[in-house]
Amino acid sequence: MKKDEVPQDKRIIKGEDNSIKKVIYVTREDGSYDSATSIGWEAENLVLSQAWDEVDAKIADTLQRVEAGELSPIAYFMEKNLMDINILAGYVGKWKWTVKRHLKASNFKNLSDSDLALYATVFNITPETLKQFPKI
Amino acid sequence: MIVPNFKHQQYAHCESGVSVNLLRHYGLELSEPMVFGIGAGLFFAHLPFVKVNGVPGTTFRIFPGYIFKRLCDRLGVKIHRESFRSEAAGMKALDETLAQGRPAGMLSSVYYLSYLPPAFRFHFNAHNLIVYGKEGNEYLVSDPIMETVTRLSAEDLAKARFAKGFPEPKGKMYYPVAAPKQADLRDPIIKGIKQTCWFMLTPPMPMFGYKGIKYLGKHIQQYPHKLDSRKATLYLGNIIRMQEEIGTGGAGFRFLYAAFLQEAGTLLQNDLLLEQSQAMTKIGDQWRNFAYSAARTCKDRSTNRVSYSELGDMLMEISDKEKTLFERLKKIR
Repeated sequence: MKKDEVPQDKRIIKGEDNSIKKVIYVTREDGSYDSATSIGWEAENLVLSQAWDEVDAKIADTLQRVEAGELSPIAYFMEKNLMDINILAGYVGKWKWTVKRHLKASNFKNLSDSDLALYATVFNITPETLKQFPKI
Repeated sequence: MIVPNFKHQQYAHCESGVSVNLLRHYGLELSEPMVFGIGAGLFFAHLPFVKVNGVPGTTFRIFPGYIFKRLCDRLGVKIHRESFRSEAAGMKALDETLAQGRPAGMLSSVYYLSYLPPAFRFHFNAHNLIVYGKEGNEYLVSDPIMETVTRLSAEDLAKARFAKGFPEPKGKMYYPVAAPKQADLRDPIIKGIKQTCWFMLTPPMPMFGYKGIKYLGKHIQQYPHKLDSRKATLYLGNIIRMQEEIGTGGAGFRFLYAAFLQEAGTLLQNDLLLEQSQAMTKIGDQWRNFAYSAARTCKDRSTNRVSYSELGDMLMEISDKEKTLFERLKKIR
Protein backbone atom coordinates (compact mmCIF):
# COMPACT_ATOMS: atom_id res chain seq x y z
CA MET A 1 0.00 0.00 0.00
CA LYS A 2 1.34 3.41 -0.93
CA LYS A 3 1.46 6.21 1.61
CA ASP A 4 -1.05 8.28 -0.39
CA GLU A 5 -3.51 5.35 -0.50
CA VAL A 6 -3.95 5.09 3.26
CA PRO A 7 -7.68 5.03 4.00
CA GLN A 8 -9.19 7.28 6.65
CA ASP A 9 -12.72 5.88 6.76
CA LYS A 10 -14.46 6.52 10.05
CA ARG A 11 -15.82 3.44 11.70
CA ILE A 12 -19.45 4.24 12.50
CA ILE A 13 -21.12 1.21 14.02
CA LYS A 14 -24.71 1.37 15.24
CA GLY A 15 -24.53 5.14 14.93
CA GLU A 16 -21.45 5.52 17.14
CA ASP A 17 -17.93 6.43 16.15
CA ASN A 18 -15.75 3.43 16.89
CA SER A 19 -12.73 4.72 15.03
CA ILE A 20 -9.32 3.90 16.40
CA LYS A 21 -6.08 5.22 14.97
CA LYS A 22 -3.97 2.30 13.85
CA VAL A 23 -0.36 2.12 12.71
CA ILE A 24 0.22 0.46 9.33
CA TYR A 25 3.24 -0.12 7.06
CA VAL A 26 3.21 1.68 3.72
CA THR A 27 5.60 2.45 0.88
CA ARG A 28 6.89 5.88 -0.07
CA GLU A 29 7.22 7.07 -3.67
CA ASP A 30 10.66 5.47 -3.92
CA GLY A 31 9.38 2.12 -2.64
CA SER A 32 10.97 2.38 0.81
CA TYR A 33 8.88 1.41 3.81
CA ASP A 34 7.47 3.83 6.35
CA SER A 35 4.74 3.67 8.93
CA ALA A 36 1.54 5.70 8.77
CA THR A 37 -1.71 5.87 10.67
CA SER A 38 -5.22 5.04 9.50
CA ILE A 39 -8.50 5.55 11.33
CA GLY A 40 -10.21 2.86 9.31
CA TRP A 41 -10.92 1.18 5.99
CA GLU A 42 -14.41 0.90 4.55
CA ALA A 43 -13.98 -2.79 3.72
CA GLU A 44 -13.19 -3.71 7.29
CA ASN A 45 -15.72 -1.23 8.71
CA LEU A 46 -18.43 -2.92 6.69
CA VAL A 47 -17.72 -6.47 7.81
CA LEU A 48 -17.34 -5.41 11.43
CA SER A 49 -20.68 -3.64 11.20
CA GLN A 50 -22.23 -6.79 9.74
CA ALA A 51 -20.75 -8.88 12.55
CA TRP A 52 -22.53 -6.61 15.05
CA ASP A 53 -25.78 -6.75 13.07
CA GLU A 54 -25.52 -10.52 13.32
CA VAL A 55 -25.04 -10.30 17.09
CA ASP A 56 -28.14 -8.09 17.38
CA ALA A 57 -30.16 -10.43 15.18
CA LYS A 58 -29.19 -13.41 17.33
CA ILE A 59 -30.09 -11.57 20.53
CA ALA A 60 -33.49 -10.57 19.12
CA ASP A 61 -34.15 -14.08 17.86
CA THR A 62 -33.20 -15.60 21.22
CA LEU A 63 -35.41 -13.13 23.10
CA GLN A 64 -38.36 -14.19 20.96
CA ARG A 65 -37.72 -17.84 21.74
CA VAL A 66 -37.40 -17.10 25.47
CA GLU A 67 -40.72 -15.25 25.42
CA ALA A 68 -42.23 -18.17 23.55
CA GLY A 69 -41.19 -20.45 26.39
CA GLU A 70 -38.74 -22.48 24.33
CA LEU A 71 -35.37 -21.21 25.58
CA SER A 72 -34.24 -20.20 29.06
CA PRO A 73 -33.05 -16.75 30.23
CA ILE A 74 -29.55 -18.24 30.25
CA ALA A 75 -29.74 -18.53 26.46
CA TYR A 76 -30.61 -14.85 26.21
CA PHE A 77 -27.88 -13.57 28.52
CA MET A 78 -25.35 -15.84 26.83
CA GLU A 79 -26.03 -14.07 23.51
CA LYS A 80 -26.18 -10.67 25.18
CA ASN A 81 -22.69 -11.24 26.58
CA LEU A 82 -21.37 -12.37 23.17
CA MET A 83 -20.64 -15.84 24.47
CA ASP A 84 -21.15 -19.23 22.88
CA ILE A 85 -21.61 -22.53 24.72
CA ASN A 86 -17.84 -23.13 24.87
CA ILE A 87 -17.14 -19.80 26.50
CA LEU A 88 -20.06 -19.93 28.92
CA ALA A 89 -19.20 -23.49 29.97
CA GLY A 90 -15.66 -22.27 30.70
CA TYR A 91 -16.94 -19.47 32.91
CA VAL A 92 -19.38 -21.55 34.94
CA GLY A 93 -17.02 -24.49 35.11
CA LYS A 94 -19.48 -27.03 33.74
CA TRP A 95 -19.55 -29.53 30.87
CA LYS A 96 -20.77 -28.16 27.55
CA TRP A 97 -23.63 -30.64 27.39
CA THR A 98 -24.79 -29.51 30.84
CA VAL A 99 -24.85 -25.90 29.75
CA LYS A 100 -26.68 -26.93 26.57
CA ARG A 101 -29.38 -28.52 28.71
CA HIS A 102 -29.69 -25.34 30.77
CA LEU A 103 -30.49 -23.36 27.63
CA LYS A 104 -33.87 -25.10 27.46
CA ALA A 105 -36.76 -23.45 29.33
CA SER A 106 -37.97 -26.82 30.63
CA ASN A 107 -34.68 -27.53 32.39
CA PHE A 108 -34.22 -23.99 33.67
CA LYS A 109 -37.14 -24.38 36.10
CA ASN A 110 -35.23 -27.12 37.95
CA LEU A 111 -31.98 -25.19 38.33
CA SER A 112 -30.61 -25.09 41.87
CA ASP A 113 -30.15 -21.75 43.65
CA SER A 114 -26.39 -22.20 43.59
CA ASP A 115 -26.36 -22.78 39.83
CA LEU A 116 -28.62 -19.77 39.33
CA ALA A 117 -26.23 -17.66 41.38
CA LEU A 118 -23.27 -18.98 39.36
CA TYR A 119 -24.79 -18.01 36.02
CA ALA A 120 -25.97 -14.67 37.41
CA THR A 121 -22.44 -13.79 38.54
CA VAL A 122 -21.00 -14.60 35.14
CA PHE A 123 -23.63 -12.40 33.48
CA ASN A 124 -23.15 -9.60 36.02
CA ILE A 125 -26.82 -9.60 37.09
CA THR A 126 -28.72 -10.71 40.21
CA PRO A 127 -30.15 -14.24 40.47
CA GLU A 128 -33.61 -12.64 40.74
CA THR A 129 -33.20 -10.84 37.43
CA LEU A 130 -32.10 -14.08 35.79
CA LYS A 131 -34.93 -16.11 37.28
CA GLN A 132 -37.69 -13.67 36.36
CA PHE A 133 -36.45 -12.70 32.89
CA PRO A 134 -38.03 -11.40 30.67
CA LYS A 135 -40.22 -9.94 33.40
CA ILE A 136 -38.38 -7.13 35.16
CA MET B 1 4.18 2.15 41.88
CA ILE B 2 5.35 2.99 38.37
CA VAL B 3 8.28 1.47 36.55
CA PRO B 4 10.67 4.37 35.96
CA ASN B 5 11.73 5.30 32.42
CA PHE B 6 9.26 3.04 30.66
CA LYS B 7 8.50 4.36 27.19
CA HIS B 8 5.24 3.62 25.40
CA GLN B 9 5.06 3.70 21.63
CA GLN B 10 2.25 2.72 19.32
CA TYR B 11 2.80 -0.08 16.83
CA ALA B 12 0.82 -1.99 14.23
CA HIS B 13 0.42 -5.29 15.99
CA CYS B 14 0.08 -6.33 19.62
CA GLU B 15 2.68 -9.08 20.14
CA SER B 16 5.40 -7.46 18.03
CA GLY B 17 4.62 -4.07 19.57
CA VAL B 18 4.87 -5.43 23.12
CA SER B 19 8.17 -7.10 22.21
CA VAL B 20 9.65 -3.84 20.91
CA ASN B 21 8.56 -1.85 23.97
CA LEU B 22 9.82 -4.50 26.39
CA LEU B 23 13.21 -4.95 24.71
CA ARG B 24 13.74 -1.21 24.51
CA HIS B 25 13.35 -1.04 28.26
CA TYR B 26 16.31 -3.42 28.52
CA GLY B 27 18.42 -1.41 26.12
CA LEU B 28 17.77 -3.27 22.86
CA GLU B 29 16.18 -1.02 20.25
CA LEU B 30 14.65 -2.86 17.31
CA SER B 31 11.96 -1.91 14.81
CA GLU B 32 8.64 -3.71 14.76
CA PRO B 33 9.26 -5.25 11.31
CA MET B 34 12.62 -6.59 12.54
CA VAL B 35 11.00 -8.11 15.63
CA PHE B 36 8.27 -9.69 13.52
CA GLY B 37 10.75 -11.13 11.05
CA ILE B 38 13.27 -12.51 13.54
CA GLY B 39 10.39 -13.91 15.57
CA ALA B 40 9.07 -15.64 12.42
CA GLY B 41 5.56 -14.27 12.88
CA LEU B 42 4.20 -14.71 9.37
CA PHE B 43 1.95 -17.68 8.67
CA PHE B 44 -1.35 -18.81 7.21
CA ALA B 45 -3.88 -21.37 8.31
CA HIS B 46 -7.55 -21.97 7.61
CA LEU B 47 -9.30 -24.39 9.96
CA PRO B 48 -12.92 -24.86 8.95
CA PHE B 49 -13.53 -27.27 11.82
CA VAL B 50 -12.24 -24.97 14.54
CA LYS B 51 -15.14 -22.63 15.04
CA VAL B 52 -15.05 -19.52 17.17
CA ASN B 53 -18.52 -18.07 17.68
CA GLY B 54 -19.74 -20.42 14.98
CA VAL B 55 -17.35 -19.22 12.29
CA PRO B 56 -14.32 -21.15 10.94
CA GLY B 57 -10.90 -20.02 12.10
CA THR B 58 -8.42 -18.30 9.81
CA THR B 59 -5.08 -16.92 10.93
CA PHE B 60 -2.41 -14.94 9.13
CA ARG B 61 0.21 -15.20 11.84
CA ILE B 62 1.89 -17.85 13.95
CA PHE B 63 0.33 -18.83 17.28
CA PRO B 64 0.36 -16.37 20.23
CA GLY B 65 3.54 -16.12 22.28
CA TYR B 66 5.76 -17.55 19.57
CA ILE B 67 7.16 -14.28 18.27
CA PHE B 68 8.37 -13.02 21.64
CA LYS B 69 9.92 -16.34 22.63
CA ARG B 70 11.72 -16.98 19.33
CA LEU B 71 12.89 -13.39 19.15
CA CYS B 72 14.42 -13.52 22.62
CA ASP B 73 15.97 -16.95 22.02
CA ARG B 74 17.65 -15.69 18.88
CA LEU B 75 18.92 -12.47 20.44
CA GLY B 76 20.19 -14.12 23.63
CA VAL B 77 17.64 -12.35 25.82
CA LYS B 78 16.77 -14.25 29.01
CA ILE B 79 13.05 -14.24 29.69
CA HIS B 80 10.63 -15.27 32.39
CA ARG B 81 7.25 -16.75 31.39
CA GLU B 82 4.59 -17.92 33.80
CA SER B 83 0.91 -18.94 33.84
CA PHE B 84 -1.24 -19.05 36.95
CA ARG B 85 -3.99 -21.19 38.40
CA SER B 86 -5.85 -18.39 40.10
CA GLU B 87 -6.55 -14.71 39.57
CA ALA B 88 -5.15 -13.97 43.03
CA ALA B 89 -1.84 -15.68 42.26
CA GLY B 90 -1.57 -13.98 38.88
CA MET B 91 -2.28 -10.50 40.18
CA LYS B 92 0.08 -10.97 43.14
CA ALA B 93 2.88 -12.01 40.78
CA LEU B 94 2.20 -8.94 38.65
CA ASP B 95 2.43 -6.63 41.67
CA GLU B 96 5.70 -8.26 42.73
CA THR B 97 7.12 -7.85 39.23
CA LEU B 98 6.17 -4.17 39.17
CA ALA B 99 7.70 -3.72 42.62
CA GLN B 100 10.97 -5.03 41.16
CA GLY B 101 10.82 -2.23 38.62
CA ARG B 102 9.99 -4.53 35.71
CA PRO B 103 7.26 -3.86 33.14
CA ALA B 104 5.34 -7.06 32.37
CA GLY B 105 3.96 -8.32 29.08
CA MET B 106 0.82 -10.41 29.26
CA LEU B 107 -1.93 -12.16 27.33
CA SER B 108 -5.35 -10.60 27.56
CA SER B 109 -8.92 -10.81 26.36
CA VAL B 110 -10.08 -7.68 24.51
CA TYR B 111 -13.62 -8.02 25.86
CA TYR B 112 -12.73 -6.47 29.23
CA LEU B 113 -10.52 -3.66 27.94
CA SER B 114 -12.70 -0.70 28.78
CA TYR B 115 -10.42 1.72 26.89
CA LEU B 116 -11.19 0.10 23.53
CA PRO B 117 -14.08 1.31 21.34
CA PRO B 118 -17.09 -0.95 22.04
CA ALA B 119 -17.18 -2.36 18.50
CA PHE B 120 -13.86 -4.15 19.08
CA ARG B 121 -14.82 -5.86 22.29
CA PHE B 122 -15.45 -9.47 21.36
CA HIS B 123 -14.25 -12.51 23.28
CA PHE B 124 -10.84 -12.56 21.62
CA ASN B 125 -8.21 -13.84 24.02
CA ALA B 126 -4.93 -13.65 22.15
CA HIS B 127 -4.23 -9.95 22.68
CA ASN B 128 -0.95 -8.77 24.25
CA LEU B 129 -0.27 -5.70 26.35
CA ILE B 130 2.19 -4.37 28.95
CA VAL B 131 1.45 -3.25 32.48
CA TYR B 132 4.04 -0.80 33.74
CA GLY B 133 2.54 0.56 36.94
CA LYS B 134 -0.18 0.59 39.55
CA GLU B 135 -1.88 3.48 41.27
CA GLY B 136 -4.51 2.74 43.87
CA ASN B 137 -6.87 0.22 42.32
CA GLU B 138 -5.83 0.98 38.76
CA TYR B 139 -3.12 -0.47 36.58
CA LEU B 140 -1.17 1.59 34.09
CA VAL B 141 -1.33 -0.08 30.69
CA SER B 142 0.85 0.26 27.63
CA ASP B 143 -1.23 -1.35 24.91
CA PRO B 144 0.79 -1.11 21.68
CA ILE B 145 -2.28 -0.71 19.50
CA MET B 146 -3.28 2.45 21.40
CA GLU B 147 -1.81 5.89 20.72
CA THR B 148 -1.21 6.69 24.37
CA VAL B 149 -1.02 4.80 27.65
CA THR B 150 -4.32 3.87 29.30
CA ARG B 151 -5.63 2.64 32.64
CA LEU B 152 -7.58 -0.41 33.67
CA SER B 153 -9.23 -1.24 36.99
CA ALA B 154 -7.72 -4.18 38.85
CA GLU B 155 -11.05 -5.98 38.43
CA ASP B 156 -11.09 -5.58 34.65
CA LEU B 157 -7.44 -6.55 34.28
CA ALA B 158 -7.97 -9.72 36.31
CA LYS B 159 -10.98 -10.64 34.15
CA ALA B 160 -9.03 -9.90 30.98
CA ARG B 161 -6.04 -12.02 32.07
CA PHE B 162 -8.16 -14.97 33.17
CA ALA B 163 -10.89 -14.90 30.54
CA LYS B 164 -12.41 -18.18 29.41
CA GLY B 165 -12.88 -19.42 25.86
CA PHE B 166 -10.34 -20.61 23.35
CA PRO B 167 -7.48 -19.97 23.89
CA GLU B 168 -7.45 -19.34 27.66
CA PRO B 169 -4.81 -16.79 28.63
CA LYS B 170 -4.49 -18.29 32.18
CA GLY B 171 -2.87 -15.08 33.36
CA LYS B 172 0.18 -15.70 31.21
CA MET B 173 2.84 -13.12 31.93
CA TYR B 174 6.27 -12.68 30.34
CA TYR B 175 9.19 -10.27 30.51
CA PRO B 176 12.90 -10.07 29.76
CA VAL B 177 15.19 -10.64 32.70
CA ALA B 178 18.56 -9.89 31.09
CA ALA B 179 19.56 -8.69 27.66
CA PRO B 180 22.91 -8.25 25.92
CA LYS B 181 23.97 -4.65 25.32
CA GLN B 182 24.10 -5.26 21.61
CA ALA B 183 22.95 -7.97 19.31
CA ASP B 184 24.31 -8.99 15.95
CA LEU B 185 21.23 -9.36 13.80
CA ARG B 186 22.62 -11.31 10.85
CA ASP B 187 22.15 -14.78 12.27
CA PRO B 188 18.76 -14.09 13.90
CA ILE B 189 17.49 -12.61 10.64
CA ILE B 190 18.54 -15.59 8.57
CA LYS B 191 17.19 -18.06 11.10
CA GLY B 192 13.91 -16.16 11.29
CA ILE B 193 13.54 -16.13 7.51
CA LYS B 194 14.32 -19.82 7.14
CA GLN B 195 11.79 -20.59 9.84
CA THR B 196 9.03 -18.65 8.11
CA CYS B 197 9.88 -20.37 4.83
CA TRP B 198 9.58 -23.67 6.64
CA PHE B 199 6.18 -22.75 8.10
CA MET B 200 4.83 -21.59 4.76
CA LEU B 201 6.26 -24.34 2.56
CA THR B 202 6.57 -27.62 4.42
CA PRO B 203 3.35 -28.56 6.27
CA PRO B 204 1.99 -31.63 4.46
CA MET B 205 -1.59 -30.89 5.49
CA PRO B 206 -3.63 -28.75 3.12
CA MET B 207 -4.81 -26.18 5.65
CA PHE B 208 -1.43 -24.64 6.48
CA GLY B 209 1.02 -22.37 4.69
CA TYR B 210 0.67 -21.56 0.99
CA LYS B 211 -1.48 -24.69 0.60
CA GLY B 212 -3.87 -23.27 3.18
CA ILE B 213 -4.47 -20.21 1.03
CA LYS B 214 -5.48 -22.41 -1.90
CA TYR B 215 -7.55 -24.56 0.46
CA LEU B 216 -9.44 -21.49 1.65
CA GLY B 217 -9.94 -20.42 -1.97
CA LYS B 218 -11.56 -23.76 -2.77
CA HIS B 219 -13.76 -23.55 0.31
CA ILE B 220 -14.93 -20.05 -0.56
CA GLN B 221 -15.96 -21.29 -3.99
CA GLN B 222 -18.21 -23.81 -2.25
CA TYR B 223 -19.95 -21.28 0.01
CA PRO B 224 -22.84 -20.50 -2.40
CA HIS B 225 -23.44 -24.25 -2.80
CA LYS B 226 -23.22 -25.18 0.87
CA LEU B 227 -24.36 -22.15 2.86
CA ASP B 228 -27.29 -19.76 2.87
CA SER B 229 -26.54 -16.13 2.05
CA ARG B 230 -26.48 -15.06 5.69
CA LYS B 231 -23.89 -17.67 6.68
CA ALA B 232 -21.81 -17.21 3.53
CA THR B 233 -21.63 -13.48 4.21
CA LEU B 234 -20.67 -14.10 7.84
CA TYR B 235 -17.92 -16.57 6.98
CA LEU B 236 -16.48 -14.31 4.29
CA GLY B 237 -16.68 -11.28 6.57
CA ASN B 238 -14.77 -13.11 9.26
CA ILE B 239 -11.88 -13.83 6.89
CA ILE B 240 -11.58 -10.13 6.15
CA ARG B 241 -11.66 -9.28 9.85
CA MET B 242 -8.82 -11.72 10.54
CA GLN B 243 -6.94 -10.32 7.57
CA GLU B 244 -7.24 -6.79 8.79
CA GLU B 245 -6.46 -7.83 12.37
CA ILE B 246 -5.20 -4.73 14.03
CA GLY B 247 -2.74 -2.86 11.93
CA THR B 248 -2.03 -5.11 9.02
CA GLY B 249 -3.66 -2.79 6.51
CA GLY B 250 -5.88 -5.54 5.19
CA ALA B 251 -2.92 -7.56 4.04
CA GLY B 252 -2.68 -10.16 6.76
CA PHE B 253 0.77 -9.07 7.97
CA ARG B 254 2.27 -9.21 4.48
CA PHE B 255 3.17 -5.51 4.46
CA LEU B 256 4.81 -5.85 7.87
CA TYR B 257 6.88 -8.74 6.52
CA ALA B 258 7.81 -6.82 3.37
CA ALA B 259 9.04 -3.98 5.58
CA PHE B 260 11.16 -6.53 7.47
CA LEU B 261 12.65 -7.96 4.27
CA GLN B 262 13.56 -4.48 3.12
CA GLU B 263 15.18 -3.51 6.40
CA ALA B 264 17.03 -6.84 6.60
CA GLY B 265 18.10 -6.53 2.98
CA THR B 266 19.51 -3.05 3.57
CA LEU B 267 21.27 -4.11 6.75
CA LEU B 268 22.80 -7.24 5.24
CA GLN B 269 23.27 -5.67 1.82
CA ASN B 270 21.42 -8.56 0.28
CA ASP B 271 19.66 -8.14 -3.08
CA LEU B 272 17.57 -11.29 -2.71
CA LEU B 273 15.90 -9.83 0.36
CA LEU B 274 15.31 -6.48 -1.32
CA GLU B 275 13.76 -8.15 -4.36
CA GLN B 276 11.52 -10.38 -2.30
CA SER B 277 10.46 -7.37 -0.26
CA GLN B 278 9.06 -5.85 -3.43
CA ALA B 279 7.40 -9.11 -4.37
CA MET B 280 5.86 -9.33 -0.90
CA THR B 281 4.50 -5.80 -1.18
CA LYS B 282 2.74 -6.80 -4.40
CA ILE B 283 1.29 -9.86 -2.68
CA GLY B 284 0.09 -7.63 0.17
CA ASP B 285 -1.71 -5.49 -2.38
CA GLN B 286 -3.32 -8.62 -3.85
CA TRP B 287 -4.59 -9.59 -0.41
CA ARG B 288 -6.00 -6.12 -0.05
CA ASN B 289 -7.77 -6.39 -3.36
CA PHE B 290 -9.23 -9.67 -2.25
CA ALA B 291 -10.49 -8.07 0.98
CA TYR B 292 -12.01 -5.19 -0.97
CA SER B 293 -13.78 -7.50 -3.42
CA ALA B 294 -14.93 -9.81 -0.64
CA ALA B 295 -16.37 -6.85 1.26
CA ARG B 296 -18.34 -5.91 -1.87
CA THR B 297 -19.79 -9.41 -1.97
CA CYS B 298 -20.65 -9.16 1.74
CA LYS B 299 -22.33 -5.80 1.16
CA ASP B 300 -24.53 -7.26 -1.55
CA ARG B 301 -25.25 -10.29 0.62
CA SER B 302 -25.41 -12.18 -2.62
CA THR B 303 -24.65 -15.80 -3.22
CA ASN B 304 -23.68 -14.90 -6.73
CA ARG B 305 -21.61 -17.89 -7.70
CA VAL B 306 -19.51 -15.86 -10.06
CA SER B 307 -18.26 -13.53 -7.37
CA TYR B 308 -17.42 -16.40 -5.00
CA SER B 309 -15.73 -18.18 -7.86
CA GLU B 310 -13.63 -15.13 -8.65
CA LEU B 311 -12.74 -14.63 -5.00
CA GLY B 312 -11.53 -18.21 -4.81
CA ASP B 313 -9.43 -17.69 -7.95
CA MET B 314 -7.80 -14.63 -6.41
CA LEU B 315 -6.67 -16.78 -3.51
CA MET B 316 -5.34 -19.51 -5.79
CA GLU B 317 -3.17 -16.91 -7.45
CA ILE B 318 -1.97 -15.52 -4.13
CA SER B 319 -1.15 -19.07 -3.02
CA ASP B 320 1.09 -19.56 -6.06
CA LYS B 321 2.79 -16.22 -5.58
CA GLU B 322 3.53 -16.91 -1.90
CA LYS B 323 4.86 -20.37 -2.76
CA THR B 324 7.25 -18.88 -5.32
CA LEU B 325 8.36 -16.14 -2.96
CA PHE B 326 9.19 -18.45 -0.09
CA GLU B 327 10.97 -20.92 -2.35
CA ARG B 328 13.24 -18.12 -3.50
CA LEU B 329 13.62 -16.72 0.00
CA LYS B 330 14.70 -19.99 1.56
CA LYS B 331 17.90 -19.84 -0.46
CA ILE B 332 19.15 -17.02 1.79
CA ARG B 333 22.56 -17.58 3.33
